[in-house]
Amino acid sequence: MSDITQGKHSGSLLTQSAHTKKRNAAETRFKAYGIAAIAVSLLMLMVLVTTIVSKGLGAYQQTFITLQVELLEKKLDKKGTRILADIKKVSTFGYAPLIKSAVTAKVEELDIETGLKSKQLVGLLSKGAAAQLRDFVVNNPDRIGETVEFRFLASSRVDGYLKGRVHRDSIANDKNISPEQLDLVDALIAAGVVEKTFNIDFIIGADASDQRPEAAGMGVAMLGSLSMMLVVLALALPIGVGASIYLEEFAPKNWITDIIEVNISNLAAVPSIVFGILGLAVFINYMHLPMSAPLVGGLVLTLMTLPTIIISTRAALSAVPPSIRDAALGIGASRMQAVFHHVLPLAAPGILTGTILGLAQALGETAPLLLIGMVGFIASNAPDSIASGLMSPNSAMPAQIYEWAKRADPAFYERAWGGIILLLLFLVTMNTVAVILRRRFERRW
Amino acid sequence: MNDMTPMERNVETQDIKIEASNVQVHYGDTHAIKDVNVKIEDKTVTAFIGPSGCGKSTFLRCLNRMNDTIQTCRFTGKILLDGEDIYDKRVDPVQLRAKVGMVFQKPNPFPKSIYDNVAYGPKIHGMFNTKSELDEIVETALRRAAIWEEVKDRLQAPGTGLSGGQQQRLCIARAVATKPEVLLMDEPCSALDPIATAQVEELIDELGQRFSVVIVTHSMQQAARVSQKTAFFHMGNLVEFGETGQVFTNPKDPRTESYITGRIG
Repeated sequence: MSDITQGKHSGSLLTQSAHTKKRNAAETRFKAYGIAAIAVSLLMLMVLVTTIVSKGLGAYQQTFITLQVELLEKKLDKKGTRILADIKKVSTFGYAPLIKSAVTAKVEELDIETGLKSKQLVGLLSKGAAAQLRDFVVNNPDRIGETVEFRFLASSRVDGYLKGRVHRDSIANDKNISPEQLDLVDALIAAGVVEKTFNIDFIIGADASDQRPEAAGMGVAMLGSLSMMLVVLALALPIGVGASIYLEEFAPKNWITDIIEVNISNLAAVPSIVFGILGLAVFINYMHLPMSAPLVGGLVLTLMTLPTIIISTRAALSAVPPSIRDAALGIGASRMQAVFHHVLPLAAPGILTGTILGLAQALGETAPLLLIGMVGFIASNAPDSIASGLMSPNSAMPAQIYEWAKRADPAFYERAWGGIILLLLFLVTMNTVAVILRRRFERRW
Repeated sequence: MNDMTPMERNVETQDIKIEASNVQVHYGDTHAIKDVNVKIEDKTVTAFIGPSGCGKSTFLRCLNRMNDTIQTCRFTGKILLDGEDIYDKRVDPVQLRAKVGMVFQKPNPFPKSIYDNVAYGPKIHGMFNTKSELDEIVETALRRAAIWEEVKDRLQAPGTGLSGGQQQRLCIARAVATKPEVLLMDEPCSALDPIATAQVEELIDELGQRFSVVIVTHSMQQAARVSQKTAFFHMGNLVEFGETGQVFTNPKDPRTESYITGRIG
């Protein structure tokens, strides 16, 4: 305005007018805001990633104690018949003495001076050591009588000591471990009996009880998540894409479709716990599907994911230029041919992205699982078939992380962070797959 | 037929390909076409001219029922193609569109190869038995559309990679490949440069010797150049329809004269 009233246009182009300076300053300021915003989010992201990695990496390493155990025949197979049923009768209690003597023997062999009783010696090992021994014997009954080398998990306190979580001054009130035991651990480390190595069981193993944080693993929960994703993919993708194609390409535009459209948008914003209670009421209480089953979890997450998939698919379909539909119809293609031969392939990258985003959302969802019993200590082993994977009780990755995070032992806390790393890896992998598929589809013609 | 001497033809005794009577079209509350009666001849180029929004494109889209895809569009009246009412309940618009091909304002090749673009129509209509038959159909169509020489070495290249004029000729080839009896063209040259326009016009002239071509155009010069018959639309009415020469040199209606001389539109 001022430029016009004052007739500034007559001034030289080599000097900036006051108005131009103001305008340029505003632009510079805006750019600075943008850069600042990006810097802040990058910083946050770095803090997040560093925290997760630094706190979670410990879960991928575990302390093991190597011992030679003599599998005494008189304890394990009194009759000497090697009949599996008889061997199985010996419970883990029957194996405890073997471990006790193995530890004592090791300490004596290494000539370590310690005033510890054998019970405290065994306390260095995980409470699952006897079960590990028994599993081995049941699977290899012919080795009874031999002396076999085992790598036992160390107890979570010993593990924490090696990882720097447990200190001598922090264990004053801890009845699970004493300074004398730590002295012994130091001696055993020096002898190479105790060592910290990569722990595959954290990735492929099952959850463990409160007493044995060192044995807890993500594997079964990962299978649970995987089964749920299969259910979601098998149901949400065809239903969602089918519904979108009908609504976008075939349905008449009237008040009924308007209402449907509004409701789908609203459903996308419904808190996921609502879907959880719906699943509880319908799938478990009414249809009597099993509690805690990934099938039910998958059904609930399907309900939750459907609106996301429908909305993104419709957006992808309506982004295809109408001229393509005209072109197909104009040479005598039917509506369906036009959609399936031309519109759908062009919309595929968008549909794919929407689907994978929906899946990622479902993968990270915990709240609805609370209500259908997939959160909690679910003592399950890896399922032996797809059917049992779907129907037998299981947890899911985020539910497992939540479960660990709320347990008392700090060793579980570390595992929760480790689980988050796995979950994020899953999500990153899914997104990478999405990007790769997108590229391929886009390049196909 | 006797295209060389259009002025001597008697309109009523020519082969009538399409006969529209009492056509009314409404878009919601808008009355887009008001009682149009027209007879379109076989083996003739008919041009629809008129100012923007006069209904010429709407009327063109009635001829292959493309307006069916617009939900608010209502049609009354009768359009006979070879004596059969195309708006009869028993008529499947998909079958009709195989007979009445269409070329659109903006070149809209499918994002597929040049070959697939042309082969798509024959494929969905099952017009061939062997691959070599299809190859032949594609080649003939591309030759008819005067683009064969330019693309014969790169039939597998994407159709969207061609220039605008080539794309439009590809679209014409695609329409021709289904062996239509009528070809509708909705401002086929409006997105093209003058050289491409000249090529397409030449093509229209050739196609007009084989079947009935109906072209909507904004350019009166184009109508004068390519068509034998011209229809002038104004405000949804068919104001004047006659031999192109007569409409341009000796219009009967004052509105036609005003439009042609540039006073309206």
